[in-house]
Amino acid sequence: MPRDGIITGGVPGVDPGPLGATLDGLGVHRRGRAILRDLNADLSGHGVTAVIGPNGAGKSTLIKVLGGLIRPDQGRVGWGPDGLPPGAVPQAILLQQPVLLRRTTRANLVFAAKRARIARADQPALIDHWLGKAGLSLLAESPARRLSGGEQRRLALARALILGPRVLLLDEPGAGLDPSALRAVEALVMEATASGIKVVLSTHDLGQVRRMADDLLFLNAGQIDALGPASDLMDAPPTKTFDAFLKGDLLW
Amino acid sequence: MNPFEQALSEAWGLLVHGDAALFDIVTLSLQVSLTAVAIAALIGLPLAALLAIHRFPGRGAVIVAMNALLGLPPVVVGLIVYLMLSRAGPLGEWGLLFTPTAMVIAQSILVTPIVTAIAHRTLEDFHAEYAEELACFRMSRWEVGLTLLREARLSLATALAAGFGRAVAEVGAVMIVGGNIDGITRVMTTAIALETSKGDLALALGLGLVLLAIALGVNALAFALRALAARHAGEERHAPTALIQKG
Repeated sequence: MPRDGIITGGVPGVDPGPLGATLDGLGVHRRGRAILRDLNADLSGHGVTAVIGPNGAGKSTLIKVLGGLIRPDQGRVGWGPDGLPPGAVPQAILLQQPVLLRRTTRANLVFAAKRARIARADQPALIDHWLGKAGLSLLAESPARRLSGGEQRRLALARALILGPRVLLLDEPGAGLDPSALRAVEALVMEATASGIKVVLSTHDLGQVRRMADDLLFLNAGQIDALGPASDLMDAPPTKTFDAFLKGDLLW
Repeated sequence: MNPFEQALSEAWGLLVHGDAALFDIVTLSLQVSLTAVAIAALIGLPLAALLAIHRFPGRGAVIVAMNALLGLPPVVVGLIVYLMLSRAGPLGEWGLLFTPTAMVIAQSILVTPIVTAIAHRTLEDFHAEYAEELACFRMSRWEVGLTLLREARLSLATALAAGFGRAVAEVGAVMIVGGNIDGITRVMTTAIALETSKGDLALALGLGLVLLAIALGVNALAFALRALAARHAGEERHAPTALIQKG
């Protein structure tokens, strides 16, 4: 894919517009159990959509379906106005437990740059750029698996962004991070949104929702319980279950 | 000085003075076994990757067969290769019997199942760990296989070390297909067997010491590779196992 500038940016001369997702009767079942049930929603193409809900609500599964890692057995996901399938749009996914390659920090980024078909001559500058952004310049030659949890998450995020995605899917990007590591990860994500990348993230962290989310999707037991602008929903919970979730009450 | 001590001191003398006959035998041993391991790697590593990644009909049968072949007796392999290569055999025209090439063929057959089985287990673990992440990068099965082989390279080297240990220490297969011809197909194990029966304990012991040193070296290498692999994986792990098997 041709790209302009050092960061990313789709096809030059064409404004592709923001990429939203349409969920159309989406259902996922595993071993006779419904994990996601008949989800219908329009996820706007702008900014950050946060998927929240209790453990086992289906958040990770939804993120993976959006990213094409799990094929739904009912309904479909369509990206953009043409309803493209997940594999057909430039996406990057940050798994809850990202698996770094048994190579150096830099080599992990080289791996992604190669996947993105970035010309060999352009790779060093691009990689230095992202090492700097992720605050990993001094650790460039360290084995990636030896980095701290926060450093690993930043590296995985930089590795995802090097792919030049128009959609960034994050499965609990803040899980297990201390406040400063969390801030660094959130800053990278906000920068991505500012550059026009659509972000969908799952989270348990209501503070993170307040800090980052434009829209909010509340999943409970595999179904959409509430969907709308994040601040509106947080201030005036439209359903009893969502209200109870925000207050920290048990939902079962 | 008792006979054993005398033999030992003579053996030491052969080693220290770089005895030409001993040197030739060791060189041929290493050539044959290393070539066999290289061939086993060329066949076994891709096959192991295929078994780890791809679910195809007959996969289970291949795995069972590979594991069954792990304990293949060298003399049986030697016998089969002998029958294939002998004058009257299907491949008799090649005239390979009693050549180093025949020994390489026999040892390759012996070692390939070992390399494949160990590499398969390693790559299954790696695949379980990496599959979802690599799917995020939209890789084809082919690319996943190559990536896993590269990621597991240090662990896979121990599979090759195990194969080499098996090859260099076996006597049955090379004896039958090589014939233990002086200067042509005589390797360490066959020489030890012959010299012992002749009563020339010095050369036998000298070669035995070399074989022990190689066994030690291979295990030390495997240990170091494991430690390095664990370091790359960001974990501390110690799992030294004996790699030289009885031949």
